[in-house]
Amino acid sequence: MALAERVETQPERPASLAARVVDWIRRRSGVKLSLVLGPGAFWLVVFFLIPLGVVLAYSFASRGAYGQVIWRLTLENYTRFFDWLYIRVFLVSVWIALLTTVICLVIGYPFAFVMARVPRRWRNALLVLVMVPFWTNFLVRTYAIMLLLRNEGLINSALRWLGIIEQPVTMLFTTFAVVLGLVYGYLPFMILPLYASIEKFDFTLVEAAQDLGANTWQVFTRVMLPLTMPGVVAGSILVFIPSVGAFVTPDLLGGGKVVMIGNLIQQQFLTVRHWPFGSAVSFVLMAVVLISTMAYFRVGGERRV
Amino acid sequence: MSTTATTAPQTAPLATRRRWRLKPGWLVLNSNVLLTFLFLYAPIVILVIFSFNASRQQAVWVGFTIEWYEQMIRDERVIAAAKNSLIIALVSTAVSTVIGTLTALALDRFRFRAKTAFEGAMYLPIIVPEIVMAISLLVFFNTSFNLLDRWLGLTLKFGLGTITIAHIAFSFPFVAVVVRARLADFDRTLEQAAQDLGANEWQTFRYVTLPLLMPGILAGALLAFTLSIDDFVITFFNAGIGATTLPLEIYGRIRRGITPEVNALSAVLLLASIALVLGSVLLQRRR
Repeated sequence: MALAERVETQPERPASLAARVVDWIRRRSGVKLSLVLGPGAFWLVVFFLIPLGVVLAYSFASRGAYGQVIWRLTLENYTRFFDWLYIRVFLVSVWIALLTTVICLVIGYPFAFVMARVPRRWRNALLVLVMVPFWTNFLVRTYAIMLLLRNEGLINSALRWLGIIEQPVTMLFTTFAVVLGLVYGYLPFMILPLYASIEKFDFTLVEAAQDLGANTWQVFTRVMLPLTMPGVVAGSILVFIPSVGAFVTPDLLGGGKVVMIGNLIQQQFLTVRHWPFGSAVSFVLMAVVLISTMAYFRVGGERRV
Repeated sequence: MSTTATTAPQTAPLATRRRWRLKPGWLVLNSNVLLTFLFLYAPIVILVIFSFNASRQQAVWVGFTIEWYEQMIRDERVIAAAKNSLIIALVSTAVSTVIGTLTALALDRFRFRAKTAFEGAMYLPIIVPEIVMAISLLVFFNTSFNLLDRWLGLTLKFGLGTITIAHIAFSFPFVAVVVRARLADFDRTLEQAAQDLGANEWQTFRYVTLPLLMPGILAGALLAFTLSIDDFVITFFNAGIGATTLPLEIYGRIRRGITPEVNALSAVLLLASIALVLGSVLLQRRR
């Protein structure tokens, strides 16, 4: 209290208008909170939550003859999804995303291991080198893969020049191309959390395990992997989510031959103009993402115990 | 495997010991690192190199030229798209940096009802697949524009405005996360010291809190700028007719066929974002 009094008795400087406004706000904590929280809450509710709500509403509506939305409530958009045609698209997406996640993990884990074990002054440089592709334009990077894989691309030309093949090998517009593009795009998402968790790993535990007679494989599976599981879980989720909902990669590298959920949604909204069905597919995709995230966390959590 | 390298006696620094022990495990691991970097960088580097190739057939190197870049600069569509991209990125960065910083402060400094729910909702735009966010904004704008037209006779269209609003919607949570990380290890005694020395709440915020948060806010702003400049999916669904950005222009051209001009345009966008990252790294190192 004494301090506060001292402050009060100091000769008052002429307060600026901004300061006086702020002072007025300060005395009303509700006003202050709504000023600080308001803009974010507004944007989140109006331009994120309400749009999602509208999509949810649309997913129960019907489509008119000209692509307009008719408010006749129905579940047929969801039942329609159980057509083999769409189930296939769904399974292909999950399969491609899983494959991408596993490949990223297999490449990313040893990579993160080395990153965590090199002398400290190199680590930051390696980290920046991993981050750079992660920050660069995804569309352009997908296009770069496209340039390499096409029939007239560098890989086919090189193979032909070396005399290994006569005819170009079709690589573009295959599942291989899509998985390659996704791994290329999302590998940094796997490496960064893995690095964070391996760096915190106490390597004296490895010695302890070896002293107790564990071989290298046992040390890895029984000690190191369980203790770095949070990184594995985080990295896998960060790769799986954008992969399963990918649109650009299957669009450019799959070329209509590999159709994933993202392409199906785009088709329904921009080509077929069946917005209610497109909305239902979007919610199925959201459900897949949320359920797999929760499942993965649970598995990761149990393994740690 | 590799873990054997860690069994070096504790007395010797691990790093120096390891350099002399080129065990097979480390060779495998190091070649993994080299190959991964090759995988990450070769496609980009090749793209940039071939954007200088004089031949239209890109697989064969014919000679060096900057013709494609000259054509690009003279192309009015490209210039218009670049201008749009910059306007959108600047506005959305400014707005989402302010909103994101305020949100981070609210989450760090205030208690309020439904705080956990708000936090959960704030992470959703980061988790939800891009395409779902894209179509939900498309549906929302379309529906509300129809209603406004019918009720108020107000005609609104898709364009720079809708793109910018959408960009703010997905950028500000990222800014909030980055700034909040900075707030988490914020030394609050500095603020108390300032107030003990007679600063009022505004002065404390303006001269103590804000400068200390600045690196985080700048990092968030750079992230928002990069996200906006690079975004394709959400822009694609919310651009309408007439408004293009650089990624939309590149996509349109790729769909029409691969030409050296696309390579030049892509290379420029690529180098711009690399410059942004390196800039942010240097910025953070200086502080």
